[in-house]
Amino acid sequence: MAEAPRRDFEATNQMKAVMGKYFTELTQGPEQGKKTAWCTSVGPAELLYALGYNVYFPENHGAMLGASRMATDLIPLANARGFSPDICSYLTSDVGSYLKGESPIQKMKLPGPPKADVLVFNTNQCRDVKDWFQFYAREWNVPCIGVHTPRSIGEIDQTLVDYIAGQIEALVEPLEKVAGAKLDPDRLREVVALSKECTELWKQVLLAGANKPAPITFFDGTIQMGPAVVLRGTQDAVDYYKILVAELNQRVADSVAAVEGERLRIYWEGMPVWGKLSSLAKQFMELKTSVVASTYCNSWIFDALDPSDPFRSMARAYSSIFICRSDDFKEQYIRRMVEQYQIDGILYHDAKTCPNNSNCRYEMPQRLQQQLGIPYLVVNGDLNDLRLYSEEQTRTNIEAFAEQLLGT
Amino acid sequence: MGPACRAGSPYRIDFPSRSPVRQTGPNYFPSLQAVTHFCGIDIGASAAKLVLIEPDGRIAAKAVRRSGVDYAQTAEDCLLEALEAAGLERADVAGAFSTGYGRDNVGWVDGKMTEIACHGRGAYFHLRRAMTIIDIGAQDSKVIHLDREGHRTGFKMNRKCAAGTGSFLEEIALRLDLPVGELNGLAEASTKEISLGSFCTVFAATEILEKIRAGHKVEDIVKGAFRSVVKRIAEMDLIQADLVMTGGVIAHNPYLATLVEESFGRPVYVPPEPQFAGALGAALFAKDNRSSC
Repeated sequence: MAEAPRRDFEATNQMKAVMGKYFTELTQGPEQGKKTAWCTSVGPAELLYALGYNVYFPENHGAMLGASRMATDLIPLANARGFSPDICSYLTSDVGSYLKGESPIQKMKLPGPPKADVLVFNTNQCRDVKDWFQFYAREWNVPCIGVHTPRSIGEIDQTLVDYIAGQIEALVEPLEKVAGAKLDPDRLREVVALSKECTELWKQVLLAGANKPAPITFFDGTIQMGPAVVLRGTQDAVDYYKILVAELNQRVADSVAAVEGERLRIYWEGMPVWGKLSSLAKQFMELKTSVVASTYCNSWIFDALDPSDPFRSMARAYSSIFICRSDDFKEQYIRRMVEQYQIDGILYHDAKTCPNNSNCRYEMPQRLQQQLGIPYLVVNGDLNDLRLYSEEQTRTNIEAFAEQLLGT
Repeated sequence: MGPACRAGSPYRIDFPSRSPVRQTGPNYFPSLQAVTHFCGIDIGASAAKLVLIEPDGRIAAKAVRRSGVDYAQTAEDCLLEALEAAGLERADVAGAFSTGYGRDNVGWVDGKMTEIACHGRGAYFHLRRAMTIIDIGAQDSKVIHLDREGHRTGFKMNRKCAAGTGSFLEEIALRLDLPVGELNGLAEASTKEISLGSFCTVFAATEILEKIRAGHKVEDIVKGAFRSVVKRIAEMDLIQADLVMTGGVIAHNPYLATLVEESFGRPVYVPPEPQFAGALGAALFAKDNRSSC
């Protein structure tokens, strides 16, 4: 089958520059006397930026280890250390990277990840992020503090918001102590405002996928989301997404399809398979099938952020993410996405080491198929550990799913 | 290769509208030289299966070989063997489709479809009704649902695990130092139920060592392994309609169909030449493709 050309975004070079600047400043920070806070990807980054920290996101590093296919060689080092092959492979690949002293950041001719002065987690995603950070806290004898968000949340009520906001506020004092600076409330409001602006622009980026044909796919999204994850709360992220949104608007105006001849539209539920993004994108392109939306990329949209009420709005925003919500909420969310993006079928990635972000284990695909009347496919794999991924099985499954959706 | 369903077998065979495979040979087709034929080749993890069909879908010739390490050459060898058996030339083949793991490695086909589509198509050719197909192959097992028009409504492949596949039975044969071809007869001769509980092929093999140590009879252990395959299949998906079994494993181990019937409490239909169901489906897709040109 002839290989269809992949449509890169012109803005991508700008993104590489923005991310390059971020990593340069991050890795040079310690020698310049800047404090580094490690933060979970859906943690209170705004608070950390407002206190003047360089903020490093190990999950982003985990994704880089996966995408660079370094993870599968590094995970066994963490396994031997005592971290089970069944737990989060972001954790195990990152710990393996630390133990071996090898990182994809070094490929940018930069030192590896900066040592943390403080580690700040939010368990809204899983318990593994806390275990992960505690490993480094023990290694470096630095504080590990955070927010304990409940799981399977239904309605975000006042009690919950008060509970989480209280925990975020309680972080201020220890963070000020490590930073050697007092929190400026105006600066926090400013950072939250920038984060809000970033999130609104990122939402516009993803919503472009609702157009037929879609000008952007899930696979593009996993690349383009970098600034929304690590630079939300900064002007750099806002500036970048304004460029990308403009390019997407032009694509929509010109009816430019991310997948030439788009004939099927798929929703990706669950984690990316980072080491296989390229081959999966190519396969979908050959099948003229566009993966137009995902839960994953939408997880960095924080509608609730409000600069006039930073702590409570952060509490609401970070407790509203899909991963920590109840199945009732999740089903309602996916139903809305299927309708909005005109989805033909749902692909669930059952990531072996990420039970918290694998939503096919409690009969949800079957329930949604009944409610929506559209087929589903479950692909077994993993976010980073390619020992758990079968290239051939996945290829055949996806190909057969496309055949089915086309009526074969 | 033994027949898929022997005379007097307990499986319900209900394909009155379709003839079984014709006996083919060099002199069989002289009057059919003008008829265009279609080819389907299913290059699986273990065996490559090829059929040449007549326009009405009847199999004119077939060939099966180990898939080996050079899929393209294996496909070529299968084609030449089948052409010779049917007394045909390449020019008599109006279209060809490939399927199976090696579907991308055959240069002379007009198109490809997955084995899921092809087993569905091959089974539906024989039994035109809503059905759930269980295809047990060497490396994977599939449960395929078709509606009454033959459209696929869903499917499942086994996880990345050999349990419930032909590889599992090969491993068990190795552990018991038996030729794979003897397993079916031994399982049928079993008089006692032995349960192998492990999900994992390696753990199941360890369980077998325990059974040997405990002095259990080989035939009972083999039947326990067959039951284990059926259990893994039963875990994959719900059965929604008439049950049909295809694939090389059922072709060589027809006793599995009896155990599936017992497990699901409903009759199992095994089409003629179940090992060639995928190749037949591919050939039928080749015919469709030519018709639509």
